[in-house]
Amino acid sequence: MRVAGRKTSPTNIAAAYVALLIAGAAMLLPFFWLVSTSLKADDRVLQTPPRWLPDPVRLDNYRRVMQSPTSNFPLWTRNTLIVAALEVVGVTFSSSLVAYGFARIRFRGRGVLFALMLGTMMIPFPVVMVPLYRIFRFLGDHSGMAWLGTFRPLWVPAWFGSAFSIFLLRQFFVTIPDELSEAARIDGCSEWGIYWRIILPLSRPALSVVALFTFMYVWRDFLGPLVYLQRPTQYTLALGLQAFQSQNGGTSWNLLMAAAVLVIAPVIVLFFVAQRTFIEGIATTGMKG
Amino acid sequence: MLRTRAQSGDFLKGLAFLSPWLIGFCVFLLLPIGLSLYYSLCDYSLLQPPIFRGLSNYRQLVHDRLFWQVLKNSLLYAAMALPAGLVVSLALALLLNQKVPGQSVFRTIIFIPSLVPTIAAAALWLWLLNQKSGLINLLLGMIGIPGPGWLTSPRWVLPALALMSLWSVGNTVIIYLAGLQDVPRELYEAAELDGANAWRKFRHVTLPMISPVIFFNLVIAIIGVLQVFDAPYLMTAGGPNHASYFFTYYLYDCGFTYLKMGYASAMAWIQLLIVLVLTGLAFLSSRWWVFYQGK
Repeated sequence: MRVAGRKTSPTNIAAAYVALLIAGAAMLLPFFWLVSTSLKADDRVLQTPPRWLPDPVRLDNYRRVMQSPTSNFPLWTRNTLIVAALEVVGVTFSSSLVAYGFARIRFRGRGVLFALMLGTMMIPFPVVMVPLYRIFRFLGDHSGMAWLGTFRPLWVPAWFGSAFSIFLLRQFFVTIPDELSEAARIDGCSEWGIYWRIILPLSRPALSVVALFTFMYVWRDFLGPLVYLQRPTQYTLALGLQAFQSQNGGTSWNLLMAAAVLVIAPVIVLFFVAQRTFIEGIATTGMKG
Repeated sequence: MLRTRAQSGDFLKGLAFLSPWLIGFCVFLLLPIGLSLYYSLCDYSLLQPPIFRGLSNYRQLVHDRLFWQVLKNSLLYAAMALPAGLVVSLALALLLNQKVPGQSVFRTIIFIPSLVPTIAAAALWLWLLNQKSGLINLLLGMIGIPGPGWLTSPRWVLPALALMSLWSVGNTVIIYLAGLQDVPRELYEAAELDGANAWRKFRHVTLPMISPVIFFNLVIAIIGVLQVFDAPYLMTAGGPNHASYFFTYYLYDCGFTYLKMGYASAMAWIQLLIVLVLTGLAFLSSRWWVFYQGK
């Protein structure tokens, strides 16, 4: 008798299947309730007993959210996209430069600096939040341009590399054979040329992971915009959703859910477009152990 | 001669490529940390220049009941959300590693909630956890359990937030799954030859082999758990009765609501020390439970 054969027994498969069905339902149910509520008429939201499906279907709720006088979701989306574009380009470019230095150039102190950089990932943002605010205020007083109340405190630091992205790219760059760089060097190619014309084109998968993660970070970021942005016309979506909630929360659940859908839907669409990049990217982050 | 010149050339080249990070590290990390240490020793309201007061902020913190309350709340929340998250995500990863029909669909479904921005998840869960008409209490009502006022009862608010955090474990699940797929099949085959059952294979093959991944997820969770801010800010405003007022939330309020920037900086340093001590403990303990394959 085989206690546990080479292949998993049918009962085990069935048990796993049932467990997955339950877990999957638990994960999906909130989404279902989100969309269903967002489509309900005002007087049907708190109906008892509650209905699973909206009847009538009020697509109009979305228009009400978009055109609500106290909020401006189109503008907030635009703001988020501007910050995201500046951060994605900044992080990807600067981190790939630094990662190239760590991966492809041998110099004294490299190991120590790399360890230091990894260590910085442990420092939580709240720890530096207050002095950073002071620094940006100082820059505003002395650099001839406004910093606080603009997008600059959000995206300018992105152009100085992010430790996580540098790490991810460095891991990828070290796998590219040295012979490629050597051959280019013999042909008289400069270090910049090797980086720009050989390493970067070969690293598209890793670069897209960094770009994607940075985009997701900007889309999610709430505390940063909360600290640095001041006027509602500058809000990003995360900040706007919170503002919308504090005005309509507790009463217009259908509108709040419609607003949440507006924030959530783009990242879900992005996921289905770039599924492989997502999953492989996350899988590699756990591989440093 | 030639060698040293080549070496110093490489040194300068290396520094040139590293320069964005080196500058950013000094301006956006080293300087703020230094400033934060100085502010933590000062009375500083942002409107007036800081006045040096020695350890008075720290002394005040020791006597601040709200400080101990937020510390307790954060650690209590960590004690619930952290182990639950690690166990649930590992269990989900083990299930998703089984060859069942529709495996890739299940993987997508489990992962997708972790994409939702925390602030949007907070809005959604505010509604799901609503005492009268929320989905969770409706479902509990169907099986005859009267649901509590999740976000309005001091007893239930932390478990409610921990429960909500379990919805977005997808990231951790993917990292576990990658670890599970890296375990060599031969090890399971050898264990089967020795007559090991499913539990023993899990206990003596899977767990030790993925212990580095568990360790990685543990450290990430420790760093993140004191930073929880978005959800309580939107859902409970720290209430009821400060029951969900967390460390970062109080720090934010001290700094930006009450403009007590020195006081907030002292809290920031305590947060940094707590994170360092907890991760340090994790690293020390890892000697006994994390197994790295020799390479």
